[in-house]
Amino acid sequence: MSTRRLWWLVGIGMLITTVGVWPAAAQLPTYGVGRPPSAEEVKAWALTIQPDGQGLPPGGGTATLGKPLYEERCASCHGERGEDPKYIRLAGGASTLPADRARLTIGNFWQYATTLWSYIRRAQPFDEPGSLTSDQVYAVTAYLLYLNGIIGEQEVMDAKTLPLVKMPNRDGFVPDPRPDVGQASPQPKR
Amino acid sequence: MHNAASKSESSRQAHSRRRFLKSGAALGAALVTGAGHPIVGRAQPAPDDPSKLLGGPLRPYGERARFEQSVRERPPGTLDEFGGSFTPLDETLGIITPSALHFVAQRDGTPDIDPQKHRLLIHGLVDRPVILTMEEIKRLPSTSRILFLECAGNTASEWRVPTGKSVRRTHGLTSCSEWTGVPLALLLREAGVSQGAAWILAEGADATGNERSLPMAKAMDDVLVAYGQNGEALRPENGYPLRLIVPGWEGNVNVKWLRRLTVVDHPYMTRMESTRHASMMPDGKARQFAFVMEAKSVIIFPSGDQRLPGPGLYEIRGLAWSGRGLVRRVEVSTDGGKTWRDARLQEPILPLAHTRFRLDWQWDGRETVLQSRCTDETEYVQPTLAELVGVRGLDSFYFNNAIQNWKVAADGSVHNVHA
Repeated sequence: MSTRRLWWLVGIGMLITTVGVWPAAAQLPTYGVGRPPSAEEVKAWALTIQPDGQGLPPGGGTATLGKPLYEERCASCHGERGEDPKYIRLAGGASTLPADRARLTIGNFWQYATTLWSYIRRAQPFDEPGSLTSDQVYAVTAYLLYLNGIIGEQEVMDAKTLPLVKMPNRDGFVPDPRPDVGQASPQPKR
Repeated sequence: MHNAASKSESSRQAHSRRRFLKSGAALGAALVTGAGHPIVGRAQPAPDDPSKLLGGPLRPYGERARFEQSVRERPPGTLDEFGGSFTPLDETLGIITPSALHFVAQRDGTPDIDPQKHRLLIHGLVDRPVILTMEEIKRLPSTSRILFLECAGNTASEWRVPTGKSVRRTHGLTSCSEWTGVPLALLLREAGVSQGAAWILAEGADATGNERSLPMAKAMDDVLVAYGQNGEALRPENGYPLRLIVPGWEGNVNVKWLRRLTVVDHPYMTRMESTRHASMMPDGKARQFAFVMEAKSVIIFPSGDQRLPGPGLYEIRGLAWSGRGLVRRVEVSTDGGKTWRDARLQEPILPLAHTRFRLDWQWDGRETVLQSRCTDETEYVQPTLAELVGVRGLDSFYFNNAIQNWKVAADGSVHNVHA
């Protein structure tokens, strides 16, 4: 550890002990560039929803509420019931795996319902990304889960219930064993 | 004498002015009719002897010659903002892909980003969360590396039947550039990675907010936070003003338009990693967090959709690369895999970069099949399609690095075939 960094840490330690708060003016220690982000800046960008539901906002919706919204904003690309494979099939795919890629759906392939929520909020609809309210995202998510036979038509999806949805293919994933073909040595020598 | 010389000079200038006016008129006509060549001011044919005319003016930002027509190619039938755009590998020279022809994959359009407004946020399990401007990032110690970048879905159309007619369509989702930027490890050390940190979540500023989780070991190894491509700023389609470059790993984790790095203790299971970029195996399980692009090579001349004018000498040319390091050897077969000869590897041979190979070939005019296979520094040998399918089945989609077969027909036409 460089002397400079050591002094930096000592300084921080003293500040924390004496003031009891994280210093507001922290910069990168060696090069002295950048500034600490504000809480608002972090909140505006850190939108990823984790599988345990951390980060899901208040609000909620059902498939019944989501159906008209889906038909208006989503069906033109994904089909009336999510069955069109042109821009990723959402429902109505193969009943057994493995299936070719065009027949993979939320119901037979997706691992977490939270991923669906996270992606719809930031990236959909295609021509107006990020324009749906939290309630609308919950409702469309509920409708897609309903179309895939995973939840009932009146089941409310919200910050509590969505992470508890058990996706059928949750345990369908394995780590990468490559190199698995060819005369390979297992470890790169670089 | 002096007078004669100056008269001749002024007559030449007048001639040049007339020519300028004439070409201006021609351009005007071209603009009115909407016809003519797209290059401004150059609508007329080139002179038979260019040494007898004053040339064109200096241009502040260069463009290629008006006779050069190489463009990226898109599969038909999808929205303009969505999908892949393929590098015409058969028309590239050397190992560097021109930035304008670098392949593109995007799902919600190319964002329009003002570098003055762009920020990189580094937060999560770090001691010192920080937000950086582009100007601040460029002040940090930089490095440049020549690296290939390949989409995991490159050659995905070829699992079942030969589909792409040309090498651009079978293999055009790989390119190679000199990338310039700041080592990610430097930024992470500056922010101070906390105990328990095991993954990095990287996110782009495009409409999909493409986000991918990367293991900390790779993040601290050789990843670049890049702002430069082939000596200038990144092209918008390639991530302007800032992107991740993850050497040797699938294109999708090389997050473009990078604006956030969150240090975390477990992968966040984003859409791209949890479902899209998982490879289905015959037992119904899908491989997840598969990153490395394994050794691969392809002949770009002669290749699909080209035509050899007749029997005689040809130089077989191709590209080879490996996400595990250096290309050690490329062998070429001109008889459908019965016999193999070592191709010459062209310097520079760089780890994790396209490597060019060449081999002289006397074509006797009879139908045959050309193949190439490369071996990397880990002794990994590029497999056949049958070997890949034998292990992975037909539905794994990604990571098709099989040996490519080009059939040369007796009439000289070249076709994509399965052996």
